[in-house]
Amino acid sequence: MNQEDFQALSDRLFARLSGGEVLFCSLGGETSDFVRLTRNRIRQAGHLHSFSLGLTLISGARQAEGVCDLTGQPGPDLARAARLLQSLRERIGHVPEDPYLNYSVEPTQGARRVSAEMPSAEEALSDLVAAAEGLDLVGIWAGGEILEALSSSIGHRHWHQSTSFNLDWSGYLEADKALKSCYGGFSWDPSVLRGRLDAMRDALKVMERPAMTIAPGRYRAYFAPAAVQELMEMLAWGGFDLKSHRTQQTPLLKLVRGERRLDPRIGIREESSRGLAAGFTAEGFLQPDSVTLIEKGAHADCLVDARSAKEYGGIVNAGGETPESLALDAGDLPLDAVPSRLGTGLYIGNLWYCNWSDANECRITGMTRFGTFWVENGEIQAPVKAMRFDDSLYHLLGDRLEGLTRERELILSADTYDGRSTGSALLPGLLVSGIDLAL
Amino acid sequence: MESSDDIRLFDEIQFLDEIADSFRAHAPACDYWSLRLVAEESDHLEVRQGVVEPSLIASSLGAMVTLVTAGGVGYGATSDLSPAGLRAAAGRAAEWARLHACLGLFDAALFPRASGVADYHSCVDETWDSMSVADKIALLQQANAALDIDARILDWSAWLTRSRVSQLLVSSDGGRISQRFEYLFPGLLAVANAGSQTQRRHGGGADRVRQGGLEILAEARLLEAAPCVAEEAIALLEAPECPSDTRDLILLPNQMALQIHESIGHPLELDRILGDERNYAGTSFVTPGMFGRYRYGSDLLDVAFDPSVPGELASMVADDEGNAAERHYLIRGGILERPLGGPLSQARAGLPGVACSRASSWDRPPIDRMGNINLEPGEGDLDDLIAGVERGVLMETNRSWSIDDSRNKFQFGCELGRLIEDGRLTGLVRNPGYRGLSAEFWRSLDGVGGPETREVCGVANCGKGEPNQSLFVGHASPPCRFRDVSVFGGGE
Repeated sequence: MNQEDFQALSDRLFARLSGGEVLFCSLGGETSDFVRLTRNRIRQAGHLHSFSLGLTLISGARQAEGVCDLTGQPGPDLARAARLLQSLRERIGHVPEDPYLNYSVEPTQGARRVSAEMPSAEEALSDLVAAAEGLDLVGIWAGGEILEALSSSIGHRHWHQSTSFNLDWSGYLEADKALKSCYGGFSWDPSVLRGRLDAMRDALKVMERPAMTIAPGRYRAYFAPAAVQELMEMLAWGGFDLKSHRTQQTPLLKLVRGERRLDPRIGIREESSRGLAAGFTAEGFLQPDSVTLIEKGAHADCLVDARSAKEYGGIVNAGGETPESLALDAGDLPLDAVPSRLGTGLYIGNLWYCNWSDANECRITGMTRFGTFWVENGEIQAPVKAMRFDDSLYHLLGDRLEGLTRERELILSADTYDGRSTGSALLPGLLVSGIDLAL
Repeated sequence: MESSDDIRLFDEIQFLDEIADSFRAHAPACDYWSLRLVAEESDHLEVRQGVVEPSLIASSLGAMVTLVTAGGVGYGATSDLSPAGLRAAAGRAAEWARLHACLGLFDAALFPRASGVADYHSCVDETWDSMSVADKIALLQQANAALDIDARILDWSAWLTRSRVSQLLVSSDGGRISQRFEYLFPGLLAVANAGSQTQRRHGGGADRVRQGGLEILAEARLLEAAPCVAEEAIALLEAPECPSDTRDLILLPNQMALQIHESIGHPLELDRILGDERNYAGTSFVTPGMFGRYRYGSDLLDVAFDPSVPGELASMVADDEGNAAERHYLIRGGILERPLGGPLSQARAGLPGVACSRASSWDRPPIDRMGNINLEPGEGDLDDLIAGVERGVLMETNRSWSIDDSRNKFQFGCELGRLIEDGRLTGLVRNPGYRGLSAEFWRSLDGVGGPETREVCGVANCGKGEPNQSLFVGHASPPCRFRDVSVFGGGE
């Protein structure tokens, strides 16, 4: 479906409005190839062609929302959309006025198209399998086009279209001895892929050493950016949105109340200006280039979606309650100085399955995974068997923070639960004087 | 102008049959094909802090074409169900099958072929439409108001979600499986706060997700449950922290569901054991050699894959590849018997399995999943279990879950705990949690409630797979008692 098709469909729906009704139409879609690999062979390979239409019908101070799949063919799509519109019209007659109804009345417009230089999925997979010969590689290729669009009877017109790929894989030596890597973006270069696979092969040689079992306790540690991402995703879970703050559910409650502090070097921002995610909301608002969430270790602004802006008072600066383009400020620790500064402790490549242990204390539990090593005097000694941590971010980003790396890594989300994600995070590594391991 | 096919959208199975007939008439030339058509509808109503939230009416309609051709297997999914749309999906599936034939992990001849004919529909006594929208909203408004009992309740919600999934699977081998699933998800939430302590409490059926219709409301008792939910949230603010030590643990069925899910269900998934999930969901501490001899738990541990329990979330007649679903023991008398794997994984592993190849919707291919994984009842009631504890804690309603990628080292948190001293419940404790190893934890099971104590619960957001898939799985269990478990509370 192209922009003209979507606008034509929207216009035909707008023509059906009456009596001051307002309609917002949002489009989500993807044309994607998904290929799963196990032991460097194809486990499942398939193609997906999918479009979804969201409608918000507004009549006075009442509103109702609906979603339906589209075919991409004008006739059937109009029929489905019209049926949904009629359902919403019937529903709106049963719901009371909504005091938190909030939508943009300024008919903004914009279009962003991000194209990619990439081969066919079949060619990319053939390259990968050849380049990874001999590796126990397991992972997924996801590539193709993603669409997000908005049109309203007020006059909003927004179109975000990107073509990209994301190859996310692990290399296994045995059992849980493994390293993880990825290669994603908009420009496919087989030499980059080969380089990353060669680096993985080299690093797996260290994995051949007998794995260490370490006892629960507190250890110095370095978190690579992929591990930091897991910590940031926990903070994103209720940490930054206005509703969680006003209902005292945010895990940063003690920070907001001034009872706890983060290190002054901690700065966290939502950076829509990165341009990978759509910069408009379903209600027609434009997201600012940047929202500062944590500044110098203190709470700054919240993410405010349209509904919370009306309920609590505020300016809309987000489409939802969680960041899509998060950034953690860089520090001054050179990446190549990390081993010596760590000295003796844990190099944590990835974390896994984090959850709140006690959200009131910003206390998180989770597991070490992929590429976690024991380091002595700046030298990697051996891989470490998976360990459970249980610790507070008030420590890891607070009194035990020793440094953030000068270099940051842009991590593209591999999430595909609700379609291929356009989320990303720009993150440094973290050096801490201690993390508490519980099991 | 509305097209005739969409006018019939809501006669789902008949409508899907017509699409299938059209596809069948022009079926691709190949060794085997299947077409899985899925139509979903849902409706969500919610009242929060006295305000009716925007309702959401959602529908989804699409198809997954699976082809076995040229020695490979390929998939094509599309929301375009026109003949041209399905041909295009089949064309892409054929292209992928050809590459799979060259670079595939397994011999395509192992791929299961559906030839059975069966129908299933959830038992619904009271249909969604038997109650007006206005009455449903009025009920939620009353329940919501009943949560607002104290100034310390800072957020409070009541909701009702209905979902209907109609699925038709047809195949070149004459298979035809039609299934219509109906789900109803009511729930309540109260959030209480005092200073820097916040507690959340769910109820009203939020932890007992089920198949069925509005008759579930009678059991959810939204109006009666609401004040209790709010009172417990407030009481938790003042309660002491759960102690941090080693003591006996009783888990109520709504937490047993999570315990079974994470440390029995997932480790027994055959695709994890085979290594397919190592890049994302993980592997398993269970290895193929353990089946038939490994002591997973105490003698009291009997666990079955049971797709026949009325109302349980994953009750069905067949899985999403058309394999007939039957009850099987997974663990009996504590001994591991059988993994959770569909026929393809069974063939790859040389192990028996169950019909559990499931997909989250039309846009994802089936993978090995849980269905209903149930812990069989023992004897006695909850009081009997409590009476057997000298020093312990009872926990209910999951709020936090974390387990390692081989599904061994776990840590779970609950919304509410109660101390047990000398065989009696004494006081409430907040932020209760416990941790352990799957491989040891189930061996400490020494009490299982009787049939009357069993509750049918489930997990409505089980995530797994690449591309990611989230689906419903059922877990029925009585309350259970475990000896000498490491428990802890909140705080720094």
